Amino acid sequence: MRPFEYVKPKDSKEALRAKTPTGAYIAGGTNLVDLLKKNIAVPHQVLDVTQALSDKITLKRSGIEMGAMVRNTTAAINPTILEQFPLVSKAILAGASPQIRNMASIGGNLLQRTRCPYFYDTSLPCNKRAPGSGCGAYNGENRMSAVIGYSADCVAVHPSDLCVALAALDATVVVQDAQGKKRSILFKDFHRLPESAPQQDNTLPEGALIREVYIPKNAFHKHSAYVKIRDRDSYAFALVSVAAALQLDGNRIVAARLASGGVAHKPWRWLAAEQFLAGKETNATVFAEAAALAVQDVRPLAHNAFKVDMLKGAIETALQEALQA
Amino acid sequence: MEKKNSYSRRFFIKASAALGALALVPKYVSSFYRDIKALIVPVKEHINLTVSVNKKPYTMQADTRSTLLDLLRENLQLTGTKKGCDHGQCGACTVHVDGERTLSCLTLSAMTVGKEVTTIEGLSEGDDLHPMQEAFIACDGFQCGYCTPGQIMSAVACVKEGHTGSVEEIKAYMSGNLCRCGAYNGIVESIQKVAQHETI
Ligand SMILES: Cc1cc2nc3c(=O)[nH]c(=O)nc-3n(C[C@H](O)[C@H](O)[C@H](O)COP(=O)(O)OP(=O)(O)OC[C@H]3O[C@@H](n4cnc5c(N)ncnc54)[C@H](O)[C@@H]3O)c2cc1C
Ligand code: SF4
Ligand code: FES
Ligand code: FES
Repeated sequence: MRPFEYVKPKDSKEALRAKTPTGAYIAGGTNLVDLLKKNIAVPHQVLDVTQALSDKITLKRSGIEMGAMVRNTTAAINPTILEQFPLVSKAILAGASPQIRNMASIGGNLLQRTRCPYFYDTSLPCNKRAPGSGCGAYNGENRMSAVIGYSADCVAVHPSDLCVALAALDATVVVQDAQGKKRSILFKDFHRLPESAPQQDNTLPEGALIREVYIPKNAFHKHSAYVKIRDRDSYAFALVSVAAALQLDGNRIVAARLASGGVAHKPWRWLAAEQFLAGKETNATVFAEAAALAVQDVRPLAHNAFKVDMLKGAIETALQEALQA
Repeated sequence: MEKKNSYSRRFFIKASAALGALALVPKYVSSFYRDIKALIVPVKEHINLTVSVNKKPYTMQADTRSTLLDLLRENLQLTGTKKGCDHGQCGACTVHVDGERTLSCLTLSAMTVGKEVTTIEGLSEGDDLHPMQEAFIACDGFQCGYCTPGQIMSAVACVKEGHTGSVEEIKAYMSGNLCRCGAYNGIVESIQKVAQHETI
């Protein structure tokens, strides 16, 4: 770990002002401390934002607001979230371990880096860590890598479970830039595809803070499900995961939301399948057709063709579970 | 140290004033200013901190980089808390911070100021072991014992959180603690034993 100065700003204004170009914010530290130890993150200054940012969950007329410092466990067991936004809780509890969820913040969860093994091994090439060095995984070991939306420059996946739920629920991210200006970014625009700049995970402006995550109230919360498939039953990142949410009118689907983790550089929305489901009846054939439609666009790499069938099954199961929820 | 510091500051103020006069757009001035500050002003890499461990306050100077795990083991010689992976993947370093189970290897010690840390050494009362420690002995909850302090700290939290409804639930909520000896069945039994006792 390289030496750094530790500062603890009192509020967001002070944090934004104190941050130097080589500074890094720290919240739960579950990702940053790991990256510091491996010299992948080498800030000269670490800004502890645990006091500067809100840890409150606030129910508003049109939705719910989670402060960036709300811990993952706190959100997952919050009575209002459990009752009105259960998909959020299901996704959080499918990730990491109780200890890590106690520490991890909502803001940090959105900004965690990929778990691609080449990214973590500084002796190997990786465009995300060392731009221009090449992508080790593209022609190397890519069992855990993306199956859609990747480029030859990076095939990494975003590791978060929470973000898959937030993508499905049309959340927005409230950010505050270095000049102090606040604005909202739609969740679908928050994370990026790698294209030719995989070092950039998201569209958060340089030096900006995440202040809140906002989830609108809509008709998708009642019938929702999160299915995660991984190498072991708990405490492992997703091979594939699916968040499904249905707006129902009797046994007819008014509208559907389908998102996946473990498949792309960002939480992936299956828009064609969502459109197909709208207006259809709820039955196994329809669900299977939607899943088939989704995987049509998938292009697996050398070692992850297994993800195609796995994904199809996970989508069908998630839709079925959402229906029964 | 003090001298060097003040000299650098003066130098930096002069330098940044000169640069500030040259720059026309205020936004660039401020980022320039921060850039140069980061390069010139010496970084304070040590901090004085007071951490409360097992209800006892300890004041010391620590490297800003030190983790709570290293602080406990190296500075305070509280070696009950174990270093397994040092990367958040095994749970051997589990302690309680303000009553919540936490991985000490991913916690900067600077961030524990003002909080109460409980380690395995703080569970027993004198010679009286904590019921979970007794249960681990009674149920063979360990073999080599390396993961055990972390398992016990996690197990105590698991019972307190109320995640003991079934074997599956216990396993899911203890999944953050790996045991290479595979003492898992004994661990689950220990937790069931304590949970049963607590609900009677
Ligand atoms: C072994 C292990 C297993 C895991 N398994 C899973 C899993 O299965 N599913 C899953 O979803 N996650 C998993 N995680 C990841 C975990 O959820 C994330 O590490 C965590 O959510 C990050 O939050 P944090 O508050 O600890 O972030 P930190 O480590 O504090 O910060 C992460 C990044 O975000 C930046 N940052 C933090 N807060 C803000 C803010 N408010 N504004 C601007 N920048 C900010 C930091 O500068 C840093 O770059 C796992 C982690 C580990 C170590
Ligand atoms: S997939 Fe992305 S993160 Fe992994 S080696 Fe390639 S560039 Fe790096
Ligand atoms: S030593 Fe902290 S989790 Fe392994
Ligand atoms: S008892 Fe040996 S590692 Fe768990």
